[in-house]
Amino acid sequence: MKRLLQMFLLISLVSALLLYAISRLNSAQGFTSSNTLTIYNWGDYIDTDLIERFEEETGIKVIYETFDSNEAMMTKIEQGGTTYDIAIPSEYMIDKMRQEDLLVPLDHSKLPNLKNIDERFIDLPFDPENKYSVPYFWGTVGIVYNSKMLGGKEITAWADLWDKDLKNEILLTDGAREVMGMGLNSLNYSLNDTDEEHLQEAKTKLDALTPNIKAIVGDESRMLLEAQEAAIGLVWSGVASEIMAENEDLEYVVPKEGSNLWFDNMVIPKTTKNVDAAHQFINFMLDPKVAAQNAEYVSYSTPNKEALKYMPEEVVKDERFYPSPELTKKLEVYENLGKKNLARYNELFLEFKMHRK
Amino acid sequence: MMGKVMKNRISRNIYFIPYVLWISLFVIAPILLILYYSFFDIEGNLSLINYQKFFTPVYLKMTLSSFWYAFLITGISLLVAYPTAYLLTKTKHKQLWLLLIIVPSWINLLLKAYAFIGIFGTYGVANGFLEAVGIGKQQILFTDFSFIFVSVYIFIPFMILPIFNALDEMNPTLLDAANDLGASRWMTFRRVIFPLTLDGVKTGCQVVFIPALSLFMLTRLIAGNRVITLGTAIEQHFLVTQDWGMGSTIAVFLIIIMFLIMFVTGNRKQGV
Repeated sequence: MKRLLQMFLLISLVSALLLYAISRLNSAQGFTSSNTLTIYNWGDYIDTDLIERFEEETGIKVIYETFDSNEAMMTKIEQGGTTYDIAIPSEYMIDKMRQEDLLVPLDHSKLPNLKNIDERFIDLPFDPENKYSVPYFWGTVGIVYNSKMLGGKEITAWADLWDKDLKNEILLTDGAREVMGMGLNSLNYSLNDTDEEHLQEAKTKLDALTPNIKAIVGDESRMLLEAQEAAIGLVWSGVASEIMAENEDLEYVVPKEGSNLWFDNMVIPKTTKNVDAAHQFINFMLDPKVAAQNAEYVSYSTPNKEALKYMPEEVVKDERFYPSPELTKKLEVYENLGKKNLARYNELFLEFKMHRK
Repeated sequence: MMGKVMKNRISRNIYFIPYVLWISLFVIAPILLILYYSFFDIEGNLSLINYQKFFTPVYLKMTLSSFWYAFLITGISLLVAYPTAYLLTKTKHKQLWLLLIIVPSWINLLLKAYAFIGIFGTYGVANGFLEAVGIGKQQILFTDFSFIFVSVYIFIPFMILPIFNALDEMNPTLLDAANDLGASRWMTFRRVIFPLTLDGVKTGCQVVFIPALSLFMLTRLIAGNRVITLGTAIEQHFLVTQDWGMGSTIAVFLIIIMFLIMFVTGNRKQGV
């Protein structure tokens, strides 16, 4: 009994000491609630040197956390456990968060650098007049493929993926909207289609693709494609551009039947405790040189037209990653389909995943 | 006299407090919450639709395949773990050998999974070996084989430990007695050793089977979503679809199944 009590006291003492040490360490680094900024972003989606620079310039301490899907991010913000000051959702999610009153309106007078954003990306339907959001990056969904592994074969359309020679060569991304969108697009339907018959048709079409699919993965696809584990991947444009820089045999194509055009945007969620610092951060990221450095690191397309001047010409002129307005006109932006339709998409996607070869 | 009894009772009740608090806050409350959520459809209306949905082919198939994989994982773990545990009790430095088997379970699951992606990949060590012995490259990663192999690898320490303890606690004189009375080695194993270690085997099967039913990270990393378990579906419903009702319903069934398993494999006093 005495030993037990001693043990118990010892553990309490050690815990108390550790707690004290943590709080001392935090305050020594300048972490106090009034000058910290908590950023909630996609994984590997910012040049971390820029965070350090922001901390040095403003004296604000940054806490950086990541998520891997829009839905997971929204769930966490809805619950409100953590005081996120900045989040970077995609367009259809901003529409949804706006409707559910999860966003703080932006004060444009604190964002002078907003003028650097290309007009193409201002005042879009998901957020009229940019009341709540500022564009961060944009891009497309497409196919990256290794032409050498495919013996020089060229891919230009979704339909090409159903080729019998491509057995076990395709990596899909683990996202219901991306994969169902691919099925719908390959049938020339809109990727926002909610007609039950069309969805069933798309699911049947996807089932037929099963023999060609090697795996349905998350962020690992980057590593797997780089290691030539598979020849073809369904990816976001930035992933393609990043791995293409490592391997010359890789090629990226936005399929001709159409695909998804997306915008990720900086917002200030309702959980914020530091609205001022959040505005400072957004304005900092809109600085042309900062945006250029970030774009080169992340390798997605920046909406900041002043930043393009600081970037290598061969990147900016590359139509695969900076498609012209004529080209993007053919692409579709995801609409917020509502919970019920999204659930239907996910159910069908789950059924498709369960379909065995 | 009376005072002492009363005091005893009071102090016993005091010791009960942490237990009761823990159980009610972290076991009973969450289960009740899950049960509560399972009665709401995706729009937040009270309904039984989720239970109806669970009995559609999609979820029944998923349940069956979860069971099948969990069964395979448990079976193979047992086949490997029993002889291993037996061998361990016979070695000189058994605690050291045991430690070596336990050490990998200290490493984070994700790290191990990533390591296996490298090992089983097209250009990984495993395929290098197959090529060297003349079999040639095979697809190992993203197959049923890799999924079961990695799961067994992860769960095996939990199977070995209880069996090892049971074998270790066995009174060696019983074996001598069996020997003296003319039992063959097989008979000794069947009639003496195995019945005496049955509790260890049951515990091992429980701690492997139940988590194996709801594995989810490995289904994506190692099986490339070619294997879908109930755990994968729960994760999707909570994080992606935000259909907490359906996710909770699946969880309710998982909990029921687990209780059933505990009940079936539980140690009843009579018998053996």
